[in-house]
Amino acid sequence: MHKPRITISTLLLATGLAASPLQADTLRLAIMGEPASLDPHKISGTWENDVVGDLFEGLVTEAADGERIPGVATSWDVTEDGKTYTFELREDARWSDGTPVTAEDFVFAFRRILDPATAASYAYLLYPVKNAEAVYGGDADPSTLGIEALDAKTLEITLERSTPYFLDQLAHYTAYPLPKHVVEKYGDDWSKPDHMVSNGAFALDDWQSQTRIEVSRNAYFHDADEVALDEVVYFPIEERNTALNRFRAGEIDIAREFPTQQFDWLKENLPKAVQVAPYLGIYYYALNTRDGHATSDPRVRKALSLAVRREVITNKILGTGEEPAYSFVPPNVNHYDGPELDFADLSQQERLTRARELMQEAGYGPDNPLALRLRYNTSEDHRKVAIALAAMWKPLGVEVELYNAEVAVHYADIRQGDFDVARAGWIGDYNDAQNFLSLLESDVANNYGAYENADFDALMNEAARTQDMDARTDLMAKAEELALEDNATLPLYYYVSRNLVSPELNGWETNIEDIHRSRWISFED
Amino acid sequence: MLRYTLKRLLQAIPTLLIVITLSFFLMHLAPGGPFDGERQLPPEIEANLMANYHLDEPVWKQYLNYMGNLLQGDLGPSFKYKDFSVTELVAQGFPVSLELGIWAVGLALLIGLPLGVIAALRRNSTIDYLVMGTALAGVAIPNFVIAPLLALVFGVFLGWLPVGGWNEGAWPNLVLPVVALSIQQIAYIARMMRASMIEVLGSHFIRTARAKGLAETEVIWRHAMRPAMLPVVSYLGPAIAGIITGSVVIEQIFGIPGIGRYFVQAALNRDYTLVMGTVVFYGALIVLLNLLVDLLYSALDPQIRYDD
Repeated sequence: MHKPRITISTLLLATGLAASPLQADTLRLAIMGEPASLDPHKISGTWENDVVGDLFEGLVTEAADGERIPGVATSWDVTEDGKTYTFELREDARWSDGTPVTAEDFVFAFRRILDPATAASYAYLLYPVKNAEAVYGGDADPSTLGIEALDAKTLEITLERSTPYFLDQLAHYTAYPLPKHVVEKYGDDWSKPDHMVSNGAFALDDWQSQTRIEVSRNAYFHDADEVALDEVVYFPIEERNTALNRFRAGEIDIAREFPTQQFDWLKENLPKAVQVAPYLGIYYYALNTRDGHATSDPRVRKALSLAVRREVITNKILGTGEEPAYSFVPPNVNHYDGPELDFADLSQQERLTRARELMQEAGYGPDNPLALRLRYNTSEDHRKVAIALAAMWKPLGVEVELYNAEVAVHYADIRQGDFDVARAGWIGDYNDAQNFLSLLESDVANNYGAYENADFDALMNEAARTQDMDARTDLMAKAEELALEDNATLPLYYYVSRNLVSPELNGWETNIEDIHRSRWISFED
Repeated sequence: MLRYTLKRLLQAIPTLLIVITLSFFLMHLAPGGPFDGERQLPPEIEANLMANYHLDEPVWKQYLNYMGNLLQGDLGPSFKYKDFSVTELVAQGFPVSLELGIWAVGLALLIGLPLGVIAALRRNSTIDYLVMGTALAGVAIPNFVIAPLLALVFGVFLGWLPVGGWNEGAWPNLVLPVVALSIQQIAYIARMMRASMIEVLGSHFIRTARAKGLAETEVIWRHAMRPAMLPVVSYLGPAIAGIITGSVVIEQIFGIPGIGRYFVQAALNRDYTLVMGTVVFYGALIVLLNLLVDLLYSALDPQIRYDD
């Protein structure tokens, strides 16, 4: 008798197929973590931006290459003083339930995010808007906010002062419209899958916490005909190796990050999938300029910076395409051309000689070694860099004590000023040099080293008041030059973005903000 | 028996109270807060957030508030996952961890117990060495090594099973995490069962049973098995609690939406309410399981009676 035999592998195959009825037009995307929320007012992470940015569209939006293009607004006028923007909204802008998107939806959203009761942690990005800070602080009524619906399709936004990067910022999720009719009906539950309506290329279908988020093409989206994908599924995967394995097994099409240790293997085996590009971020060490720290002496700071072999760190220790940093503002930032550290052209030997001289001038040497307290937050890469720095400073007679702590403790400690040198990093909130340089203004919370230079502050203030873009750039470049001369910080390298993108996909373009909207992605036929 | 159970349940209340109180104050003593991170928020934003979660109040007041809410069964909102309350997060994650855990414990018992018995009966034979050698390896290799290895071999190279994901507990998604989770338990249980079986087989009542001329299978099954299982049973209490409340490593590696990951993540994020939620839940579960184990003891060993 011939018995029907079912082998394990055929069974697995059958159920595996049955469990994932995915067609070619479903994009499966690994995002870096579970979103805190899908309410644009309650998020702050890049992985949340990946999802929410597919669901919503602001007045302007991002093209495939990150350029800003008209979104809900078709055109806009800016007054001469750069303070008042008037937007014409597109007639065919609709929410995913068919309701028109009106100027009132923007007014509602802006007032909501700045309402202290919403407790939006990213609300400060809208501070350029007139009265925003006062409204957030509870000192002014939300109705006094500088945003007004002139009619259903005309929106006027007034700013505190001319802000050249404001238009770019309107593509950010803090400036999305919200469906007033839905939020008023469901309150805080409006962003749950049962209730949410959105105005972007995709609309939310389902969210299984910690497992998957499913969206499908929004038929009411004004550009719906040009959207190639039918569905997008986002898988929150924190473990980078897991994301890599799932990519290799063909379970996902795009992984928004890959493990750095695997870079060589990936270049060898999946060269077409690896996407590494400059990113809007700087990895640096804060140098404590407070009294009582050896690093308050600019000569010591300069010597430390001179002795660091940045190329060794980027090529030998990290090896994932990072560029050595000789400035605080990353290159390729919008409308900016900044200076470099003055020793960038010197050879390593010359740098080291100069560093030794400076240390001697400052009173340190073999008989009087300098003891430094170095803090970093726990991570394998941070540890390697910290050890390398300690080794590179050794020839200067510097003895480094390493302290590491998990991230929350690390930043709490360095804000207290309890360090000599400390690891830090900054990813730009928006693509403008001001966002980086403002970290070095006196009395700014993120100015860990408490760098203080009145001339620097004056230049930054003047830049903020300057409308002419070229003049503004010059002022900021001058400010950065001061900070570099003073060695206010020790820049190490510029971040890169790392993605794995299936070669079967079209429409993926690398960009400095690492923003990729699914509406531009399609599968190769 | 009933009186004993009630007494133990009453004793659990002060135990839990101490656990909760200690955790609460230790957590607030830890440096760094829920809003500390790479980017410091502007002071007025941070102040507003703190006020929103009542973190600007004195710690003793926060403690009283928390205990008050806890008595009403309210574990508070999560600081990190803003769309969810802690109760919702635990209620969503626990069934997943439970399902995974039950399979893993079941598999571990199913394989570990017989292996231990066989090794004990064939003491110092090739089989014994083979089983114990494998078990030793199982104990020694940590699951953060085994899990990616399994994923690589069966998911990436052979393509038989999904590398990760939960898929509402579809069984192909269950296989790898269950196996990865149970390997260490199999090893522990086999070793424990072997040692205890050997000890029991050398005791007087087994000699008596053999002297009466009972068949060897009957000696093993009727007389040796039950007492030999006692150490395994007492080990199972905390082990089950540990496994069904989720394995941090396994859940991370296979991307499983259980509550295991919250133990570490919540602590790192200083998500105070979620930390407390998991502590309360885990604490209550351990107390309960230990009680069950003690009750099971008396069923297995007639010498143990709880009727004071």
